[in-house]
Amino acid sequence: MLAINNIEVVYDRVILVLKGVSIDVREGAITTLLGANGAGKTTTLKAISGVLHSERGEVTKGTIQIGDRRIDGMRAHDVTRLGLAQVFEGRRVFEHLTTEENLIAGGHVQKDGGAVKQSIELVYTYFPRLKERRHQQSGYLSGGEQQMLAIGRALMSRPKVVLLDEPSLGLAPMLVEEIFGIVDRLVKQEKLSVLLVEQNATMALAVADHGYVMENGRIVLEGPADKLRDNSDIKEFYLGLNEGGARKSYRDTKHYKRRKRWLS
Amino acid sequence: MSEDLGFLFALLLNGVSIGLMYSLIALGFVLVYKATDAINFAQGEFVMVAGLIVAMLLSFESVPLAVAVAVTLAVMIGFGFGLERVVLRPLLGRPVVAVIMATIGLAAILRGLGPVVFGSETRAVSLPIGDEPIVFGPASLPPIQVAGAVVAIVFFLAFSWFFKRSRMGVAMRAVADNQQVAQAMGINVERYFALAWAMAGVVSALGGIVWGSMLGVDVHLALVGLKVFPVVILGGLDSIGGALVGGLIIGIVESLAAGYLDPYVGGGTKDFAPYVLMILVLMIRPYGIFGKRKIERV
Repeated sequence: MLAINNIEVVYDRVILVLKGVSIDVREGAITTLLGANGAGKTTTLKAISGVLHSERGEVTKGTIQIGDRRIDGMRAHDVTRLGLAQVFEGRRVFEHLTTEENLIAGGHVQKDGGAVKQSIELVYTYFPRLKERRHQQSGYLSGGEQQMLAIGRALMSRPKVVLLDEPSLGLAPMLVEEIFGIVDRLVKQEKLSVLLVEQNATMALAVADHGYVMENGRIVLEGPADKLRDNSDIKEFYLGLNEGGARKSYRDTKHYKRRKRWLS
Repeated sequence: MSEDLGFLFALLLNGVSIGLMYSLIALGFVLVYKATDAINFAQGEFVMVAGLIVAMLLSFESVPLAVAVAVTLAVMIGFGFGLERVVLRPLLGRPVVAVIMATIGLAAILRGLGPVVFGSETRAVSLPIGDEPIVFGPASLPPIQVAGAVVAIVFFLAFSWFFKRSRMGVAMRAVADNQQVAQAMGINVERYFALAWAMAGVVSALGGIVWGSMLGVDVHLALVGLKVFPVVILGGLDSIGGALVGGLIIGIVESLAAGYLDPYVGGGTKDFAPYVLMILVLMIRPYGIFGKRKIERV
C-alpha cells in the first residue's frame, strides 16, 4: 500500500538524518516502526506526509509510493488528497477550535459538506467521548480525548493510509489500551493501513503484524511482529524482559550492556 | 442636568459610530494577523490607496458610484493577493521582524507613490447620502458616520459567520492555530494566506470609501491606520470580536476626551487618550480583552 524505498533525508542541505530507509506498509494491517529517541522515526513519517518541506528537510534519494503514485517531493496538502493522513506526535489538536471544528478542518479535502457530516458521525461512532465534547474548545480536553480527536481528525479525510506517531505518549496505561483497541477496530473495519511509530514497544508489537526497528537513521531489524517479540535484543532493550521472559529489574542491568546498539 | 446628559449622549453616539469605523479598519489587520501571524503596519496605507482609487474614479463624472465601489473592491482584492505573492511569500518561515520591516517599507512606498500617481491635492469622495444630520433623540450624526457604522456592523456579522460556520473559515482558523498540522489536513496554507490578505483588501476598500468621504482623500488618510494599534491591542490582536469592542472603546474614549478634557487643556487629548488606554491595557491584559490565551494544560 505504502512503499518507502531506500530514502535519504537531509535537513538544511547538510544534515543527513535518514540513511537508506525502506519500509513496506501492508494493506489492511498495522506496521510498526520502533526505535529510541532521535533514531529518525518521526522524520520518516514527515518525509512520507510531505510536511518535511516546512522544516527545511528534503528527500534526496529513494522513492515513496502510495500504490503506484510516487509521492516523494509532493506538497503535504496534495499527499493528503491521495489518501494519506498523519496523526502527529503530541496530539497537536487545533487548540482554539472546538472538537467539531477540528474535525471539520480535518475533512477539508472532502468536496461536499454532506460527506463531512457523515465522516463526523463515523468518527463519533468510534469515539463516543468526542461527541460529548463536541462544542468544547479542544485545547481544554484531557490528553486522552485530545489523542482521540487527533486520530478522529485524521480519519476525516477518509484516508487509506494513516501514519500514527506515538499515540501512547503521556497517557495512562488504561487509556493507551482503549485507544489501541479502537485503532485495531478501525484497521479491521475501515480497511486502513497503518504505520505506527511507538516507544511503547510492548503495545505496538501486540497490535502490529510487522515491525521495523530503527537506529541512527537506518533500519537495523525487521520481521513479523511475533518474531520480533521473541528476539532477545528487542526483549532486553524495548520490552524490559530478561532472557527467561521475566520482568527485569533495573538493578540487575549492566549499564555498559544497556548501551549496546546493533550498529557499531 | 438634562443638558449634560444630552451632551454625554451625543458624545457617546459619536464615539460609537467613529469607533465602528475604526473597527472596520482594524478588522483588516486582525484578519491578516489571525491567519498568517504577520503584523501589517501598512493597514492605514491600504485604506489610503483604496480612498485614492475611489476618489479618482468618482472624479470622472460618467462613472456611477456602484461601479466605482466595485472596481475599488476588485483592485484592493487583487492588491492583497499580489502583495502576498510578491512580498510576503518569499518571507515565509523568516523571522517575524522581516515581515514587519517589509510592511513598514511597503507603507513608506505607498505613501510616497500615492501622490505621484494620483496627485497630491485633497479629493472629495461624495456619496449620495446627503449632508442632512440624522437625529437620534437629543443628538444627531452626519449621515456618513451612520453609513460607516452600518457597513462596519454588516461586515462584522459576515466575517463572524464566515469564521464560525463556513468550512473555509474553519480551515483558516486551523491555519492560524498550527500551519504544519493544517497542511497535513490537506489545507493549502499559502492559498489561505493569500485569502487573508485579499480580505484585508476588502475591508480596506470599504474603510477607504467611508473614511475618505468623511475626511477627504490625500496622504493623511493613512493616519487613520495609526488608530488600528490601540484598537487591536485593546481587543486582542487575533480576535474579530475584539476588534469590534476595541474599536468601540477607542471611539468612545476619544469622543469623551474631546468633549470633556479638551476645553480645559485647549485640545488634542483625543489624539493620545487611546494610547494611554492601550498602555494601561498592556499592563493588565497583555493579550488584549479577547485575545487568544496560550492554552496550558496541567
